[in-house]
Amino acid sequence: MTTILLDAEALYAELRSGVRALLDPETALVGIWSGGAWLAERLHRDLGRSGRPGVISSRLHRDDFGSRGLAGGADATSLPFDVEGRPVLLIDDVLYTGRTVRAVLNELFDYGRPASVALAVLVDRGGRELPIAPAFAAARVSLPPSQRLALAKEGERFTFSIEDDA
Amino acid sequence: MLSRRHPQLNRHGELIHLLTIEGLPREVVHHILDTAGTFLSVNDRDVKKVPLLRGKSVFNLFFENSTRTRTTFEIAAKRLSADVINLDIARSSTAKGESLLDTIANLSAMHADMFVVRHGESGAPFLIAQHCAPHVHVVNAGDGRHAHPTQGLLDMYTIRHYKKDFTGLTVAVVGDIVHSRVARSDIHALSILGVPEIRAVGPKTLVPGDLREMGVRVCHDMAEGIRDADVVIMLRLQNERMSGAMLPSAGEFFKSYGLTPQKLELARPDCIVMHPGPINRGVEIDSAVADGAHSVILPQVTFGIAVRMAVMSIIAGNEA
Repeated sequence: MTTILLDAEALYAELRSGVRALLDPETALVGIWSGGAWLAERLHRDLGRSGRPGVISSRLHRDDFGSRGLAGGADATSLPFDVEGRPVLLIDDVLYTGRTVRAVLNELFDYGRPASVALAVLVDRGGRELPIAPAFAAARVSLPPSQRLALAKEGERFTFSIEDDA
Repeated sequence: MLSRRHPQLNRHGELIHLLTIEGLPREVVHHILDTAGTFLSVNDRDVKKVPLLRGKSVFNLFFENSTRTRTTFEIAAKRLSADVINLDIARSSTAKGESLLDTIANLSAMHADMFVVRHGESGAPFLIAQHCAPHVHVVNAGDGRHAHPTQGLLDMYTIRHYKKDFTGLTVAVVGDIVHSRVARSDIHALSILGVPEIRAVGPKTLVPGDLREMGVRVCHDMAEGIRDADVVIMLRLQNERMSGAMLPSAGEFFKSYGLTPQKLELARPDCIVMHPGPINRGVEIDSAVADGAHSVILPQVTFGIAVRMAVMSIIAGNEA
């Protein structure tokens, strides 16, 4: 069963205005692969920022490697700027347990010591298992653990779907 | 007798050991190559290490010497944060008469998580994989004349890096094919990845005719063998494996099958030249070719570390 319930485009507009307050000229935008990377790229363009946004993957620092192994896919971190001393704004589509963000922080620090790191997300669905909080969330929803919230991209437009875990 | 089923895959079709390329599903090969691409970028970081194998012990068991291969496995394991133990096994327990399986049982009692095995006997890594504890993973780092799967995979990574796609390629493997586990692994990998023209090039004494059954074109003439090739893989002339008079002399071999700039002109203008190393300059390859614009011999070494990181992290993450 798939239901479209959240208007991703409307939430994106809120995110766009919400992150303005979190950005100063030297802040680097970094999207968490994959949904966050799409968002960061579009924010970067819509906000007319210079340079290129970064992409970061949690894959090499995940805490479930022992039980799930190394995930497939060709996602790789690409940070086209010097991390050392840089304020960084991480962007993701959905914030849930916080474990992906924890892994991504480790990944980020492998490249240098950022001046600060903040997080902005499209949807905060609660259920945190780690002390991690977003600086901005366009929406807060409550979903049972059996449901998966996934951002999809059709051309330039974003949509959300809620899927029951198999 | 080795199992004809795949002891290197678990019931979900995931890789738990890497023993041979033969019979690997194409998607498993691509998964390894894609993952290696991720690891290549670890070299660009301040911290050139990722924690996937933190707390795991990797034992390098080289029953046959190979400083270079052992070192690349050691670097790969260390970049994955594993503890690496090198055992100069050729000079220790076996010399005292201990059997292979007794050695393995002893090392398992030391809480090994992975064995990287090089052995002069074909099939030794299979035997170890069949007898070790379920949580232990085995990587074949070369067994007899049988297989050298990580070399085969790093060769495929190199070809994909320069040529992007396998499905229109002509690949020539040249030299001492009968003694070469590299050639065997390369040929299996190339055919799994859909290379339409695989050629085995060399004298009748070193290129067995039964390769034709593997879909390989056998060429005893060098010019025919490398004409219009996109990729030329030169093999080392294995002096130490030569027994009897399979060749008149190394000089004679170079005259007929050594890769010189003149012979290379027969291949495609954008062809790449590969070699698993160590190279014998003036025996199978001319210095002008080894150091020339078509040579990708040193990038192969760099890619080899990323491919070995990929193999070790993939198998360590899958359960038997």
